[in-house]
Amino acid sequence: MASDATPAPPPGRLRIRHLLGLEGVCREDIEKILTTAESFKEVLDRPIKKVPPLRGQTIVNLFYEPSTRTRISFELAEKRLSADVVNFTTAASSVQKGESLRDTVKNILAMKTDVIVIRHPSPGAPHFLTRATDAIILNAGDGAHEHPTQGLLDMYTLWERWRTLEGKRVLILGDVLHSRVARSNIWGLLTMGAQVAVCGPATLVPACLADLGIEVFTDVDAALDTGFDAVNVLRIQRERQSSDFLPSLREYARLFGIDAARASRLRPGALVMHPGPMNRGVEITSEVADGDASVILDQVTNGLAVRMAVLYLLCGGQVPAAAAREGE
Amino acid sequence: MTYRSTFRAVGVIVGGRVIDPASGFDGVADVILDGKGRVERIERAGRDRRYERVPGAVLDAGGMIVAPGFVDLHCHLREPGREDEETVASGSAAGVRGGFTTLCCMPNTEPAIADQETVRFVLDRASSAPGRVYPVGAITRDREGKSLAEIAEMVAAGAVAFSDDGAPVASAGLLRRAMQYAHMFGVPIVEHCETPELSGNGVMHEGLVSTKLGLRGIPAISEEICVARDIALSRETGTHLHVAHVSTAGSVAIIRAAKAAGVNVTAEVTPHHLMLTDDWVARDFDPLYKVNPPLRTADDVTALRAGLADGTIDCIATDHAPHAEQEKDGEFDLAPFGTVGLETALGVCVKALRETGLMEWLLLIDCLSRRPAQVFHLPAGAIAPGAPADIAIIDPDARWTVTPDQLTSKSKNSAFYGWELTGLVKSTIVDGRLVHESNGARGRALPS
Ligand SMILES: [Zn+2]
Ligand SMILES: [Zn+2]
Repeated sequence: MASDATPAPPPGRLRIRHLLGLEGVCREDIEKILTTAESFKEVLDRPIKKVPPLRGQTIVNLFYEPSTRTRISFELAEKRLSADVVNFTTAASSVQKGESLRDTVKNILAMKTDVIVIRHPSPGAPHFLTRATDAIILNAGDGAHEHPTQGLLDMYTLWERWRTLEGKRVLILGDVLHSRVARSNIWGLLTMGAQVAVCGPATLVPACLADLGIEVFTDVDAALDTGFDAVNVLRIQRERQSSDFLPSLREYARLFGIDAARASRLRPGALVMHPGPMNRGVEITSEVADGDASVILDQVTNGLAVRMAVLYLLCGGQVPAAAAREGE
Repeated sequence: MTYRSTFRAVGVIVGGRVIDPASGFDGVADVILDGKGRVERIERAGRDRRYERVPGAVLDAGGMIVAPGFVDLHCHLREPGREDEETVASGSAAGVRGGFTTLCCMPNTEPAIADQETVRFVLDRASSAPGRVYPVGAITRDREGKSLAEIAEMVAAGAVAFSDDGAPVASAGLLRRAMQYAHMFGVPIVEHCETPELSGNGVMHEGLVSTKLGLRGIPAISEEICVARDIALSRETGTHLHVAHVSTAGSVAIIRAAKAAGVNVTAEVTPHHLMLTDDWVARDFDPLYKVNPPLRTADDVTALRAGLADGTIDCIATDHAPHAEQEKDGEFDLAPFGTVGLETALGVCVKALRETGLMEWLLLIDCLSRRPAQVFHLPAGAIAPGAPADIAIIDPDARWTVTPDQLTSKSKNSAFYGWELTGLVKSTIVDGRLVHESNGARGRALPS
């Protein structure tokens, strides 16, 4: 992972070679991704939404976990950059036949692919690929570790409104323990100078989080009293209840759910976010999810622009000359 | 001991710095063996020039440390069941390369070492291994934690201690009966202290690093509750409890208090727990750092080192846990726990305990030889007239880098690749015979 100590990359490139997580990604890289995403968002508003920079590149979407939303978002982003796309999902894969991750990836690389977008239930699986291959690796979610493009699209959604994240107060609410979205948000927001707080039931908030320099609450009303510019509401997975992290979803909704009354206690103009899919009536009420403060659908649109930006910047140095000329 | 008789006999070890923790001796001396596998006498260097009268060869140990062969109370040799990973013979070969002349192998094999036939099978394999190997028998039948294994028969067959290692005996009631029963034979009960419902399916230490990595955590309290429970049972039954691979500062404190209160408890710590923290997992999620108990924090490492130095923890044990390469080459959370350790133990302990100024050679060698031998009542750990001639000859200044090629264990899952270690076992003698000699060792045979 890049640090500020590494030499500046050529213009249009990032210091990082892979996007494994937002931990350790420098502010300059994040700003470059956000501003590039803005120009791609403009492309999405054109009648013809396709640009050529990744023509000739082959990208594999390697999804070991079902995630229709994230996969479609990546696939669209890749196609709009004119890449050739192959989807590899568990249902169609040899994983169920017991093939190792290394062998699967070796096979895929033998087909001459340039980029691997991986979603995997094991934290660190994308890091493993960087040891096992020469391809550019993009983490699309690894267990409870990170989901960096989600973190970037969340940040972009805020940055689009405010043009800065410096000093803004963001509350991440819900199951932080199991959330890769929370981790990517925490790293990215801290790097961009925001103040981050988390709140959730003590069983779902990892104890050492305060060591990262963020506030930790287990009382959402006490948290709201401190004033926030945005709240990022995490999805509560129903299986957490049966594994004794929570007595009931009903009790969770009462204690931690965001309803209109709680949303009204955010700072004026504050934004409500949710990575989806939502459990309406559990972590968020429909009134809030569909209300004026909600930017939940903006997040989906922005996800496409942010993923295009990340792919473009990571593959930037490899744009074939012909395609680059067409793009001028 | 048929196989060992094929190794070259050693008659006298001359000019080395002999360190014998049992007598406290530390000085340059010659060690004369009796030709029947025992030490005959130790005398001032060069005093006795009548080498020609000594049967066999002369080993020149000038500049070397001559120590009692090391004793490992805790290793996994995988035979029977996973001979592709390690066998009694290959594990023993790795052991003697690391200076270990005695190994005690844990019973979590397939099938488990849980009856007298399997104990005999392991001892039979041991008879053709370069070093001594003693089996540890399972406490419960098939290691299932449901009913007692035939402990008396296993004692009679040669098992030296009892453990369900890999897991604790989860039922306090069953462990209590196991302790009452084992008490009749004076054999130690070795517990892998962990509380299953607190460890869950954790894969690393629960703390800041696991929070960052999103890996499921194994909290320190999981070990400490089990240590406290087992100590309470040891206090009540009077049975010798040996706590395997202590990993937390809290466990050290509990054991220290129990010893002060006179409880019959001993404990061991591994070289990797003395050296590594959970931060290593963050360097790329490499399954080579996945061990059980997990690598803990810097505070825990400090407490473990102090506990060993002050005697709260009795000895060093490797928990040598070989795994096939493909099993350690993939996703962290799917990989098995364990690191090999027999061949790196000395160098890692030198780094953790000597180079930190915590221990002199005498104490370090004590922790690797005499003290573990005492814990399991094994005839080892001393260089003294009449004692078995099991000796490790160490080049204290030799530096070497750990690479897969350097390791002879059948498995290569070392947590120490790329480390430069100081302290290399040059030669190892078992039963008065040279069973290991590293390249460039100074040993030479005199014409007979
Ligand atoms: Zn164990
Ligand atoms: Zn073990």
